[in-house]
Amino acid sequence: MTAQLLEPRLVEPSKGHGELIAVLNVDESEVDRQMRICNACRYCEGFCAVFPAMTRRLDFNKADIHYLANLCHNCGACLHACQYAAPHEFAVNVPKALATVRGQTYSDYAWPSALGRLYRHNGTLLASALAAGLSLFLLLALLVNGTLLPGRLAGDFYAVFPHNTLALMFGVVFAAAMLALSIAVRRFWCEVAPADSPPASKHAAVVEASTAALTLKYLDGGHGQGCTNESDRYTLWRRRFHHLTFYGFMLCFAATVVATGYHYLLGEMAPYPLLSWPVVLGTVGGVGLVIGPVGLLVLNLRRDPAHGDVSQRPMDRAFILLLLLVSLTGLALLGWRDTGAMAILLAVHLGCVMALFLTLPYGKFAHGIFRSAALLKFAIEKRQPDPHGLGGE
Amino acid sequence: MIDVLVIGGGNAALCAALMAREAGASVLLLEAAPREWRGGNSQHTRNLRCMHDAPQDVLVESYPEEEFWQDLLKVTGGMTDEKLARLVIRASATCRDWMRSHGVHFQPSLSGALHTARTNAFFMGGGKALVNAYFRSAEQLGVGVRYNAPVSHIELDGDRFVAAHIGPRHVDGRDLPAERIEARACVLAAGGFESNREWLREAWGQNERGEWTADNFLIRGTRFNTGVLLRGLMEQGADTIGDPTQAHMVAIDARAPLYDGGICTRIDCVSLGVVVNRSGQRFYDEGEDFWPKRYAIWGRLVAQQPGQVGFSIIDQKALGRFMPPVFAGTKANTLGELAQQLGLPEGEFVATVQAYNAACQVGTFDHTRLDDCHTQGVQPVKSHWARPLDTPPFYGYPLRPGVTFTYLGLRTDHTAAVHFAGKPSPNLFVAGEMMAGNVLGKGYTAGVGMSIGTAFGRIAGTQAAAALGYHHPSSEITHDCATA
Repeated sequence: MTAQLLEPRLVEPSKGHGELIAVLNVDESEVDRQMRICNACRYCEGFCAVFPAMTRRLDFNKADIHYLANLCHNCGACLHACQYAAPHEFAVNVPKALATVRGQTYSDYAWPSALGRLYRHNGTLLASALAAGLSLFLLLALLVNGTLLPGRLAGDFYAVFPHNTLALMFGVVFAAAMLALSIAVRRFWCEVAPADSPPASKHAAVVEASTAALTLKYLDGGHGQGCTNESDRYTLWRRRFHHLTFYGFMLCFAATVVATGYHYLLGEMAPYPLLSWPVVLGTVGGVGLVIGPVGLLVLNLRRDPAHGDVSQRPMDRAFILLLLLVSLTGLALLGWRDTGAMAILLAVHLGCVMALFLTLPYGKFAHGIFRSAALLKFAIEKRQPDPHGLGGE
Repeated sequence: MIDVLVIGGGNAALCAALMAREAGASVLLLEAAPREWRGGNSQHTRNLRCMHDAPQDVLVESYPEEEFWQDLLKVTGGMTDEKLARLVIRASATCRDWMRSHGVHFQPSLSGALHTARTNAFFMGGGKALVNAYFRSAEQLGVGVRYNAPVSHIELDGDRFVAAHIGPRHVDGRDLPAERIEARACVLAAGGFESNREWLREAWGQNERGEWTADNFLIRGTRFNTGVLLRGLMEQGADTIGDPTQAHMVAIDARAPLYDGGICTRIDCVSLGVVVNRSGQRFYDEGEDFWPKRYAIWGRLVAQQPGQVGFSIIDQKALGRFMPPVFAGTKANTLGELAQQLGLPEGEFVATVQAYNAACQVGTFDHTRLDDCHTQGVQPVKSHWARPLDTPPFYGYPLRPGVTFTYLGLRTDHTAAVHFAGKPSPNLFVAGEMMAGNVLGKGYTAGVGMSIGTAFGRIAGTQAAAALGYHHPSSEITHDCATA
């Protein structure tokens, strides 16, 4: 009986177009199989957006599956609540099935396409990027200054690396990363929300999707008590640590932007005083970016192995560790900027930041972009009439 | 010695354990299933039928006591005990705060079940989420919980509970010895006997075609409801209610698993097409009433057909108008081809559908009301939603009877005490499916099983503790018992 469900399903051409829709691969077929079980049950509708999105469909094509995969926040609630989870012969594990496809979509939509495979060995990628970043700046420091321990420079970073060199290097890499991510998410968007989808009130949808992304609405469990981690108990800590990480990152980013403004617009050069905006923003953000990733890492290590796709955990952890390195080296630099260790601390910090920027489009960071797109699609779709007026049970 | 022993691991058992523990008693709960299968039939439930006089969080409008009572009276055809029924109804109005305090979350009706928005509060995540919440709360409060602990026998001294016996068993590669667990009081909440194939076979017997009807039943719920304690107590002289052939039975997809198919195996397109037996004949009015009001009679209708099998047939027009089924239908471009694929006699099947098609009167189809699309000149008639099956592709879904639960139970009163020759036991109580027949002698209405389980689980736990001198801090339950 379940064998029938496991057979790959040939998707019919959509009505009116006559074009063939891509055949599902094994992981996508598994999502299709599970979604058919879920769609006949629907008990989990209150947890998140995935199930309400599912009920708008009777069939699940490749685009639907990619959309649902990225809409899932991997909170695990539906697995613990599932009457069809293993050892039941239906063996439903929606977080895992969706996570597996989600990982695949990052590769599939990556730009340039050839670099999509970097997701598969992400730990290695991030380690290599880190090594490269560190070597680059340490060597550069040696070249420019002839020594890594040039004595006290009173926090004068630009005595080590000229400002314009830094601005150019990071500007170019960051712009390239953003370009790669935008093209990737655009490819994803064109697939899940084709141009001929019915129009909807975009403004309200954008507000709703942004709110959902910025508040991590779907990590609240639908009841406000949070998501599951090591057991069926709900916890808000994943949401809180993610907030610390995300907003910490954004504050650090804001610190950089403000500092750049000071430099070019006001002509004020670093180092900035401890109570200046760049330092305050960077310090607060940096602290968030230490506590957040440490918490997320602890939760990740304790996570029920049944949640999601365990083969992606190296990617999660590598990204968390890289963020942690960025914040720790940044804070260390602040703490010892007036000492002889400043040059080497600066080189290490810049190396970490460079590694982060280089790998932004090919690592865990991409989840935020794809998920935001999926949330927008959800917010748009829910404003459209339900295609199926199901007449009760 | 333990104060209160609770036997069972579903909603009623957990409610009893929590109440007894809250009253101050030491509590041990014995679940027959391993941890991953815990929760009995409760893991497959999704809502609680609730009385309310005004809109209440997830519930709209009102559902007063009298209306609830009339609904119960109607579905049971009078096979109910008004005093106990009203006790359950009133408890359903006030129990949800307590449920929330133990981690249960409610949500409005699910899509596809909007007709229950007024009467039923849905558990967020369904019954398994509720069971998980109760187990977490029980463990936190210090209730002992043991899995893989199927009680085989209750030791009585006259009408007094003395001990529970667990036979030797093999768990996770280890041989566990037989055990005797004494307690000062006991709550039985171990479910009905629907997954005891032999008992079902014996109860249903052989039909005129020589078939053992029950051999073809599927069980929608847990595989652990084997009725061992029910039978044991009956043999030890406990008073019973109901008869063993009464079971809640619906027509489900014949490809469903033998046990634990739960809700997703239902077939909701019956009223949109025709249903034939394996001889290709129709046998009942598919459009008699709205499907939610009729699905529970179709299990028995299919059980009466040869081979205990039926086939729900629809055409393309019905797609998207019913809850999507879990198994894909058999699909064909002609009726003949569909008959072949389903293994039906082609000639008879096609003739049946043609006769039905010819009998369909032109009307205005509306699946949301009892419309005027009916048949004329065909037997059996189809009273509503009768449209010719003329638009390929055609789809067929095989049906079998799916047993949800059995009604045979132990007789009890407002104290939930097990009775022996009309006398209540001083320390043995019963709750859940094992006594639901006192309130629900036959029939069903959505969510009432959980209302009974919650009300009587809480009463049984409170009374078991009270029998030992522990009084529950909330006076509500004792008040209900006293005034019932």
